[in-house]
Amino acid sequence: MNHEFVTTLIWLVPLPPLLAFFLIVLFTNRSKALSHTIAVGAALLSWLGSMIIFIAAVGEEYLGEHPFLSSINWLPTGDTFLQIGVQIDPLSAAVLFFVAWTILAIFVYSVGYHNFGQPKGDHDQPGLPPHGATVTDAHGHKHTVLSVEPMYSRFFAFIGLFAFGMYTLVVSDNLLTLFVGWEIMGLCSYLLIGFWYGKPSARNAAVKAFMTTRVGDVFMLLGLAFLYSATGTLNYREIFYNQVTLDALAKATTPFLGMSAAGLIGLLLFIGTVGKSAQWPLHAWLPDAMEGPTPVSAMIHAATMVSAGVYMVIRIFPLFTADWGGYELTTTMAIIGFIGAFTAFFAATIAVAQNDIKRVLAYSTISQLGYMIAALGIGAYVAAAFHLITHAFFKALLFLGSGSVIHGMEHGVMHTGNRKVDPQDMMNMGGLRKKMPITFWTFLIGGFALSGFPLVTAGFWSKDEILADAFVHSHWAIFITLALAALMTAFYTMRQITLTFFGAPRTEEAEHAHETPWTMTLPLVVLSVFAVGYGWVGIPEHFPLIGGLIPNWFHEFVGGTLLKHPKPVDFNIVPLLTSLVVALGGLGLGWLVYKDFKAGQPDPLEKPLGFMYQVLKNKYYFDEFYGHFIIKPVVWLSEVFTSKWIDKTAIDGILHAFGFATDGLGHTFRIYLDAPVINGVIGDGSYRLTQWAGKQLRFIQTGRIQAYLATALAVALVLAAAYFFLA
Amino acid sequence: MVPLSWYLILAAALFSIGLFGVLSRKNAIAILLGIELMMNAVNINLVAFWRYANPTLMAGQVFTIIVFAVAAAEVAVGLALVISIYRRHNTVVAEDLNLMKW
Amino acid sequence: MTPQQIIFLLTAFVAVFSAVNVVSTRNMVHAALWLIATLFGAAVLFALLEASFIAVVQVVVYIGAIAIMFIFAVMLTRRDIREGGPQHNPGWWSAAVISVLVFASLVVVLSNWSGFNTVSAPPVPEDSLVLLGKALVSPDAFVLPFEVASVLLLSALVGAVYVAIGNKK
Repeated sequence: MNHEFVTTLIWLVPLPPLLAFFLIVLFTNRSKALSHTIAVGAALLSWLGSMIIFIAAVGEEYLGEHPFLSSINWLPTGDTFLQIGVQIDPLSAAVLFFVAWTILAIFVYSVGYHNFGQPKGDHDQPGLPPHGATVTDAHGHKHTVLSVEPMYSRFFAFIGLFAFGMYTLVVSDNLLTLFVGWEIMGLCSYLLIGFWYGKPSARNAAVKAFMTTRVGDVFMLLGLAFLYSATGTLNYREIFYNQVTLDALAKATTPFLGMSAAGLIGLLLFIGTVGKSAQWPLHAWLPDAMEGPTPVSAMIHAATMVSAGVYMVIRIFPLFTADWGGYELTTTMAIIGFIGAFTAFFAATIAVAQNDIKRVLAYSTISQLGYMIAALGIGAYVAAAFHLITHAFFKALLFLGSGSVIHGMEHGVMHTGNRKVDPQDMMNMGGLRKKMPITFWTFLIGGFALSGFPLVTAGFWSKDEILADAFVHSHWAIFITLALAALMTAFYTMRQITLTFFGAPRTEEAEHAHETPWTMTLPLVVLSVFAVGYGWVGIPEHFPLIGGLIPNWFHEFVGGTLLKHPKPVDFNIVPLLTSLVVALGGLGLGWLVYKDFKAGQPDPLEKPLGFMYQVLKNKYYFDEFYGHFIIKPVVWLSEVFTSKWIDKTAIDGILHAFGFATDGLGHTFRIYLDAPVINGVIGDGSYRLTQWAGKQLRFIQTGRIQAYLATALAVALVLAAAYFFLA
Repeated sequence: MVPLSWYLILAAALFSIGLFGVLSRKNAIAILLGIELMMNAVNINLVAFWRYANPTLMAGQVFTIIVFAVAAAEVAVGLALVISIYRRHNTVVAEDLNLMKW
Repeated sequence: MTPQQIIFLLTAFVAVFSAVNVVSTRNMVHAALWLIATLFGAAVLFALLEASFIAVVQVVVYIGAIAIMFIFAVMLTRRDIREGGPQHNPGWWSAAVISVLVFASLVVVLSNWSGFNTVSAPPVPEDSLVLLGKALVSPDAFVLPFEVASVLLLSALVGAVYVAIGNKK
């Protein structure tokens, strides 16, 4: 394919959603149908462009060495220019692939999720979720049905902007435009989490998400500044694909913990990811982000924002491994590995005790992102990228599936009219398998992929690769932590599936749940195909029986992004067995514990876990911890210490003293100098003089042009005579 | 041949007479007449300088023609204004038009 | 005294006499007619200066159009100032003083100029009219002022029509 055509296309890919955003905001926000047509059409265009680029990228033989590149001068910085540009190398091609698919799926899904085609709500207001509408059917019966979202168009405008941010981030060829896309998404996540701004919880969640990610972003910006001052560029190729720069950065030392410059920059940038990808200790915002509409949750937790964080760490992988010998982990890598593994385990334990269907998935997302981060910490580059992509597919699927379940439950709530029933609480569900078959099967596929169900699902292959890497390079602590996390993942996934879909309906609402429209189920089906099939492109060569049937294409392709192509790990039976045991064990355990769960029972885990259950249910009291130890001290610092003591007492005191002294001085001056001399002589005097002169000269203002002309001429004559005779 | 000084003095005289008309006349049309006199004086000067300096350079005549054009424009607009004012205020006396006076 | 000088003096006398009448006569129609006399005098002087084209234009444009327009304007506004009342402002004597002073200073300034007493002049080229035409339209010479003048005329035309048309209700 024509090289130039592809690079042009790369520039164009992010634009349709942005255009859709402006079109909807400026022109079409009154028409719901037009707005979603524009938004979905834009997503379709971007998807088409992305697929063409992806195919072209796969067709290039040495894409890693010669990626699609195009850049322009942007900001003049003294003698040179800060360049911005686009680049598609194997990594961004692979990421672009899943981003395009998930974004398209979410856009289509949103049409159904926001009840397009349903009547207007009886008393729906902008800023609150729709409450339902009363309709009268042909027989005169009154029904309550789902009502259309009041701010339908606004939603599509926002996710359009969000998609623009993500595409920009993916096709960017430098960390600066990546950061721009990153921040656009930060803004959009704020807008979308707080989409139902009428709910205080949504408002708080939006602020929380924004503030928490901001903490990470500040460090990231520091890292960018450090990197720019150290190398003079932020371009990927010039830093990460340039052995000279990498060596120089690895050799440069910093005063911080004896790290190399490369390590410290990597760490600072990584903190940005900690915020964005909700890693411990900045994870607290992500579960609260569930306050947004479900497509937003899918958008943030699967396709875009959190993936962006991991994508960035994968990008800077050459940087923080620059001083890595290949075996002993550097400080930065150890920190990254530790945070990742810890987050993976810690979030998985919380997920076990949650009852909100979306919250379980939120913690599972945190946990899976921890997996990827841990993989990067131990140097498993390709495995992390692989898991990023498979996870994006099955997590988007699970989120959209959960949205479909909630939607079905809301249908039941409308039917019975009992609004006290929380449609998101899994304790109220059960038996939805028969009511919502498509949702059930796709959710099952997604759940099995998440648990790493052996051989068929994508999650198995990617997770196995991470475990194998940790095992082969003998990072025991990380291996064991991740294995335990995987066990728990399988357990809570099965718990979720069992509680939601199996058994008998535990409430009347669940009895009346209903399958969702095709706009919602079609994306589920498409994503479930990828949740299964995408794993097959990355089957290790030496896997027993099926290894080598399909070449390990993913490793070859994405590995080419790096200067030194990573070697695939040798096959070892122990991690494979571990994978099998934890996945199947966890699933089986989940099934056994929850298959006989009845309405009104306490959670079967409550007894064996004892007080730990409460701890888990309350998420290790992290929110409370932050509230007491960060927010309260900060509030105290600002309200009492800074405001009351420093500002009001000390600074104001000094200022008041100054003010008092100046006031006295000024008073003296005023009485003895200003009033008599300045005012009396200069001030009033000049005004009196002007007034007197004005009165005296008033007569020449006759209003007669001829008199003016005569005066002017007379003056001119006098001046000319003076000039003529004197000069 | 006629000395250049004669023309210049004549032009100065016509200019001054026109100036007197502009400064002293009550009637707005008479003021415009005075302006016409001044313009003619200028024209005589321009042509005289052309003739006595270098007749192959046509600048003097060209500017005379441009003065014609300006005079025509000025008279057209000036008289239109006078007539318009006359319609509204029923006067052509410049002194009476003191709306903008203090 | 050459014949030319005699013609000049006669013409100059007529022109100055008419000009004085233009600014002093009470009857506005007479003033306009005296203006025509002055303009004729100027036309004769142009002819004397061998600027034949300018002389013709003076007669056609100034006398034929501008002076006639004045007469029209005078007649349209006749009711206002009857021939009876004073036609000059009360301060006319100061205007006279200023005018005399202007004249005096102009003469003084000019007489101090070295070329004031030029008597002879180079011959006028045969094709001076061709030169004038070329100068008006040549990009090296005066095409731009010429075009600007045409724009000025157009805008004056439009403006005059707009101002004089009044508001028709």
